[in-house]
Amino acid sequence: MEKLTNRSVVASDKKMTFMERIYVPAILKGMSITITHFFKKKTTINYPEEKREFSKVYRGQHVLKRDDEGRERCTACGLCAVACPAEAITMVAAERKPGEEHLYREEKYAAIYEINMLRCIFCGDCEDACPKEAIFLTDRIVASEYKRKPFVYGKDILVEPMDLRVDISARQTSAVHDFKKNKAFAHNR
Amino acid sequence: MDYSTLIFKAIFLIIILLVTLVVAMYSTYAERKVAAFMQDRNGPNRAGPFGLLQPLADGLKMFMKEEIIPLTANKYLFILGPSIAMTTALLTGVVIPWGDTLTIGDHVYSLQMADLNIGILYVFAMVSIGVYGIMIGGWASNNKYALLGAIRAASQMISYELAMGMSIIALVLTTGSLSLHDIVSQQHGMHWNIFYQPLGFFIFLTCAFAETNRAPFDLPECETELIGGYHTEYSSMKLGFYLFAEYVNMFISSAVIATLYFGGYNMPFIDQLGLSSNAVTFIGMGFFFIKIFAFIFLFMWIRWTLPRFRYDQLMNMGWKGLIPLAIFNILATGTYYFFTSLK
Repeated sequence: MEKLTNRSVVASDKKMTFMERIYVPAILKGMSITITHFFKKKTTINYPEEKREFSKVYRGQHVLKRDDEGRERCTACGLCAVACPAEAITMVAAERKPGEEHLYREEKYAAIYEINMLRCIFCGDCEDACPKEAIFLTDRIVASEYKRKPFVYGKDILVEPMDLRVDISARQTSAVHDFKKNKAFAHNR
Repeated sequence: MDYSTLIFKAIFLIIILLVTLVVAMYSTYAERKVAAFMQDRNGPNRAGPFGLLQPLADGLKMFMKEEIIPLTANKYLFILGPSIAMTTALLTGVVIPWGDTLTIGDHVYSLQMADLNIGILYVFAMVSIGVYGIMIGGWASNNKYALLGAIRAASQMISYELAMGMSIIALVLTTGSLSLHDIVSQQHGMHWNIFYQPLGFFIFLTCAFAETNRAPFDLPECETELIGGYHTEYSSMKLGFYLFAEYVNMFISSAVIATLYFGGYNMPFIDQLGLSSNAVTFIGMGFFFIKIFAFIFLFMWIRWTLPRFRYDQLMNMGWKGLIPLAIFNILATGTYYFFTSLK
């Protein structure tokens, strides 16, 4: 088997040599190692002041997008719930009433849309499954809570407000677009 | 002894006590910083600038903790243990010459609390009593881990005190005096004893590590095997006293090493500068503290480098390694002085 590093030493119970028995050379060697580390750059990131840079396609808290006119894109088709391996997503569909055209883009919409953040594994399959480009994972971190109940996020948290739109352009590149439109893949037919 | 000397001694005693405590307090901070730096971390940096208030926060925490005396423990000895550990740790500072003489007006004051003519023996006596603090505490806890730690401490002390005493005998052969004041003043210029007794210094240093229960000889505490050893049952400030006594001991033994082998408050080229005697005293005192801090750093450096010795390794090293080496050192020193004095 190939070794991971070249630093591994084969252990043996041979008699120690004189130099090993007087300990001092080994101690000095160890001390030279620790003193070089003493002056090395620290690897710590001082969290509240400094933050670790996220990947551009970091998968954090979900967002339910609106279109440019402020209408919810989700049509409650349920594909995300089917795709979800952790079964974290539930929804209840409802029919759009006349006069609600400015709220929902299509004739069917999700009256209730809930994601259980304790079940969610942030795999991003819901985003892949969505045919309406309604759900995306963002670089926001799910906040901690004291109880289990608040971790079930409803539409009040998930749907983006129009005055505070969530930028998902990093995740929705043209390559992703082409992939979703390509009829050669079974899921797009 | 007139009144001015008495007042000076009293003030000086308080200063030395405070300095010892503050240095020990900030040794805990330094220890954590050194440990962190050697492990590529930052260490405490939240309490105050650079975490400088961390020792105060730790002390406050210790005071606020619940004081627990186990029902099965021997109550008086349980309280006596940490008191002895702390008292003996502080007592050693009395004989250490912190500086040369200070001239105020017509009076000349010595910056040494008591110039005992058996100074070294006094240091030894105090260090030896120190182990009673650990032993009594461990025994009074009525806990097998604590007792194991106490027994380990006792046998470790006995083993290493022999080698330490013998390394001192060789030193006494070169200096011809047991008074710490004489030993320091003999090292004036660059006649530091380290150049005459390198082997003795090495033995003394190793034994000092063992006597202060510092890694790699921290078997009496031994968190992983003995869950704290002799202070397993202790809580609150009694635990604080034990932990603090360790740092005081570290400071004092650094001072003793600097005094015996590194010229105490002497520094090179001080005579050539042509300063007044008071200025020389203060510079020398500063230099003495630099030496002490260097040794405290060495203590920490070694602690965060080496793993703990196994108990048989400890005993082998003490009895089969250091003691024969110390005896050889005495013989070599004695032979040298015998033949040089014949001429």
